[in-house]
Amino acid sequence: MPTIKTNEGPAWRKRTPLKQWLVWAGWLIGLCIAVYAWQLISEKTIWMFVFDAPSQMADIGKRMAPPDWSYMSKLWRPVWDTLNIATIGTAIAMVLAVPVAFLAAHNTTPHKSVRAAMLFIIVASRSVNSLIWALLLVVIVGPGVLAGTIAIGIRSIGGCAKLIYESIEEIDQKQVEAIKATGGSRAQQMIYGIVPQILPTIAGVGVFRWDINVRGSTILGIVGAGGIGIQLNASINVLAWTQVSTILIVILGTVFVSEYISAKVRGAII
Amino acid sequence: MLRLQNLSKRYKTGDLALNNVSLEIPDGQLVALIGPSGAGKSTLIRCVNRLVDATGGYIYLGDREINSLSSKELRRVRRRMGMIFQEYALVERLTVMENVLSGRLGYVNFWQSLFRKYPKESVHEAYRLLDRVDLMHMVDKRADELSGGQRQRVGICRALIQDPELLLVDEPTASLDPKTSRQIMRLIRELCAERGLAAIINIHDVALAQMFSERVVGLKQGEIVYDGSPEGLTPDVLTEIYGKEDWEKTIEKAEDDDAMLDNGVPA
Repeated sequence: MPTIKTNEGPAWRKRTPLKQWLVWAGWLIGLCIAVYAWQLISEKTIWMFVFDAPSQMADIGKRMAPPDWSYMSKLWRPVWDTLNIATIGTAIAMVLAVPVAFLAAHNTTPHKSVRAAMLFIIVASRSVNSLIWALLLVVIVGPGVLAGTIAIGIRSIGGCAKLIYESIEEIDQKQVEAIKATGGSRAQQMIYGIVPQILPTIAGVGVFRWDINVRGSTILGIVGAGGIGIQLNASINVLAWTQVSTILIVILGTVFVSEYISAKVRGAII
Repeated sequence: MLRLQNLSKRYKTGDLALNNVSLEIPDGQLVALIGPSGAGKSTLIRCVNRLVDATGGYIYLGDREINSLSSKELRRVRRRMGMIFQEYALVERLTVMENVLSGRLGYVNFWQSLFRKYPKESVHEAYRLLDRVDLMHMVDKRADELSGGQRQRVGICRALIQDPELLLVDEPTASLDPKTSRQIMRLIRELCAERGLAAIINIHDVALAQMFSERVVGLKQGEIVYDGSPEGLTPDVLTEIYGKEDWEKTIEKAEDDDAMLDNGVPA
């Protein structure tokens, strides 16, 4: 009851005094938890190593500079592989995500059990990191670009399908109803009434996911699934720090370009 | 001819939207359905093309009973009934032409609709209709670029290209300004006359209902409480339908409006 009687007539406050005290108590409890957690972390930390960090960092920095630019010539191919893994992986994911999304959205799913199965696929795909998918796939299909592409594809289905099915659930149902009223079949209601409404989402999700996947696929080589990660791993293993810095710069550049492209494309769609 | 026989609809929430409604609409008759919000006007219209399934009674279009149709037969019957919506319900991101042609979806198969491969006659008919409602210059515009009145005219074309026997019109003017409302109502009346269509028009505006229909049906809490000529809508009748209010002004105003429009406001 935010309206409170006073001598000068009714006054209005956002919360009653009791609620206000509860809010303060909530903040106090939160603060206590934070202090306690910090104590736990502090006990498990070897502070000597942490205080040592700046000089260690300086040391690695010194060994990394200057980058070995001559190594660049060997990096173009892995960069190309990385981009291919991301692009083809995203394409596979999108092709599979659209039907999954239609089967998962509560207004288009044929049956509750189908929806449950699709939600399981979405969760399974999302809960396992692409690096772990790659690890499994390297064993199954052998090391190389194919393993990486499939890993990225599997990892992306869930995220893409989730965003698409949510947008299917938010469509304007009246447009679909109008198509239904003309005598359109369920399939026609879908392609005529629903697809035009979610097309911008599908395009947006695809570009957004591609951007994430370019970043994700730079690391896959560490487990042998193709791309620039292979070179990174090799260079770290032989302590060739000047090569490592070159690779990091190349990765930074690639990600920068992919972000730029996806921002441009998204701007054009919306 | 459309015939409703003891039609009832009870929603899952327990609300009885239609209570034993019987109504007969001969071919070519324009019926205005009036009544307060929640009287069951929309439910009645939606029961006829089964966007809502009635819970009791029968609906006959010609001699086909509609409530018991299989989904395939239902699609065929829906082709014979064009629907026009309050907020137009156009597919916003498709063009005017695609929207008009969507009225033919009941006649084409999946692949034709996917690739928009409509028969030549349908496309010609679409052009004729768009010309009839003065939208030839908007054919390739996207529906969301149009004004309210233009959108409703596209909605009318979409309903008419179905080649229906009956129009179901749900609050066609509720989102339009008074002048556009009159133009749209006049257009619907003219087109029904040209094609000999029967129509049920849900409408809030009593004055518009009197002006443009030949028969008025008043619905109150799911039951028909008035069925007669527009002239028969006396203050007493309106009080019966809507509840107590000073109705004299409403009726006079309608006549004034009509006189004003007859003095040469273009359609």
